[in-house]
Amino acid sequence: MSNTIQHNTNKVITAEHLTKKFGHFTAVDDISFEVERGEIFGFLGANGAGKTTAMRMLCGLSIPTSGKGFVAGYDIGSQTELVKRNIGYMSQKFSLYDDLKVWENIELFGGIYGMNDAEIKVKTDELMKVLNFENERDKRVGSLPLGFKQKLAFSVSIFHSPQVVFLDEPTGGVDPITRRQFWELIYDATSKGITVFVTTHYMDEAEYCNRVSIMVDGKIEALDSPKNLKTQFNATSMEEVFQQLARKSTRKAD
Amino acid sequence: MIKYLLRKEFKQILRNPFLPKMIFIFPFMVLMVFPWAASYEIKSLNLCVIDNDHSTFSQQMIQKVISSNYFKLTDVSSNYNQALKSVEKNQSDMILEIPVDFEKNLSNGLGAKVMVSANAVNGMKGGIGMTYLVSIIADYNVGIIQKLLPGGAGDNSYSTIQTDTLYQFNPHLNYRVFMVPALLVMLLTMLCGFLPAIAIVFEKELGTMEQINVSPVPKTTFILAKLIPFWTIGFIVITIGFIIAWLVYGLIPAGHFYTIYFFAAIYILIVSGLGIVISNYASTLQQAMFIVFFFVLIFIMLSGLYTPIDSMPEWAKWVAAFNPLKYFMDVMRSVYLKGSNTLQMTKQLGALLSFAVVFNTWAVLSYRKKN
Repeated sequence: MSNTIQHNTNKVITAEHLTKKFGHFTAVDDISFEVERGEIFGFLGANGAGKTTAMRMLCGLSIPTSGKGFVAGYDIGSQTELVKRNIGYMSQKFSLYDDLKVWENIELFGGIYGMNDAEIKVKTDELMKVLNFENERDKRVGSLPLGFKQKLAFSVSIFHSPQVVFLDEPTGGVDPITRRQFWELIYDATSKGITVFVTTHYMDEAEYCNRVSIMVDGKIEALDSPKNLKTQFNATSMEEVFQQLARKSTRKAD
Repeated sequence: MIKYLLRKEFKQILRNPFLPKMIFIFPFMVLMVFPWAASYEIKSLNLCVIDNDHSTFSQQMIQKVISSNYFKLTDVSSNYNQALKSVEKNQSDMILEIPVDFEKNLSNGLGAKVMVSANAVNGMKGGIGMTYLVSIIADYNVGIIQKLLPGGAGDNSYSTIQTDTLYQFNPHLNYRVFMVPALLVMLLTMLCGFLPAIAIVFEKELGTMEQINVSPVPKTTFILAKLIPFWTIGFIVITIGFIIAWLVYGLIPAGHFYTIYFFAAIYILIVSGLGIVISNYASTLQQAMFIVFFFVLIFIMLSGLYTPIDSMPEWAKWVAAFNPLKYFMDVMRSVYLKGSNTLQMTKQLGALLSFAVVFNTWAVLSYRKKN
């Protein structure tokens, strides 16, 4: 596509005054930020702060009421299909097919993103080795433990080498060891140049991010590296920073 | 791209522990059980007789009624009140009361009256039973007249009108001949319309739909991949239906199979379009099931499957005019019984094509990948 708006090649995500209203309720209230290529961008906020809504807008699942956004160089309002071609997405809900085998899920999603059989096969072999999944290859996904599933879901979401991957609370309900492994996978992805946009409720995970934004009642209240945020709020951990900001919330958590 | 989605759909259907069995059991059940069970032919109605005459004539008439095989003599009462009790206890369905001097009056040419009453709690049963009984008695009446006037002796005042009836296309008024083609339509409606609707809503509930929505899969591709397996199943099932109709009921369409397949293809488009409309509006299985239930009831009741549309009130006829089931049932029955061809059914063809356009346009317009 030659006529695409390339805002700034180093900015993979740009949000300009993004707003989403549902009737009288403003779920996302005028947020602006930029995410650099290869960055791990943490998107924090209490339940109901508007994280998922903001993320859905950036993925082209939800149309902004006002404001603009660009993901991978494409307008999220008018070029949603191009945006979708260049992103990966892992939702809060586990969303691979339980009744398909591990390799069949990979094949399906690879195929959906336009990869051909040969490409899929080579990359699947590679992935099974990396994940140490060779014995699980022919198992149905439904029979795998949650930790396995989450790692697989993440690997499937970046299987087509997108520019950005959006992770919506990817480690919910997963044990600490698996979470650790999961973050290794995330680092691995960034080393390949994939930008990671992640929401989480675990403050130790927030520390792993390059930069973190904290949303309160639909607005971004703070945005900086974890280190700078701790200095700014005179706190010893991200947990404290989050507590100080989230307390300001007047919106009822869902 | 659709190749991968189709692989997924076929694998999922075949791996479903329930669906493949249902796809085969359902047509068997519907075609083997329904036509026998859902019949208007009423046999062995329980009859209570009050014979106040105890004459040869009254005995003959009762014999004639019983020997028709439609009635079973369950009770002989001495008076009407007693007979009514037997009806109240559900031991009898109908009462036949023969008055005193029945034989005497008949022989004297004065004419006689018998009283027939039926339990109409089940209106259909009562009505049909009444018709049977009255026609048997009328038949007996003709016999009596001829017996009392041997030779007729040129006296035309007693001559009776003989009616010869001929039921076109279904000479024996076989209920099954009439039901089987219509039941095939029902099968297609369920399998190609409502099953995919439920399959799509199921993916919404699981959350896998969201994963598809963030991918570059065009909506038409996704829907097509959902429908093609069910279309395949639809054609398999209708073919199984043809075989069952032939083996079990000896039914072979008087018209051509390809006329049926042609109309079936259009019909499948209609119902799957409707199915997608349902799945677009329902966000949970519960909602989808309820909408399906709503449509199934209306479609069946106003399709002419059980009760002819011509006997419905004017407003119901209007509702039925918007029921695609009605038109396809018409087509099926016409092809099976009359051997109609496409040219003779342009009205139905037009109606079905319009439905196909309307439902599928609606389906595409109401499908949202984003909100």
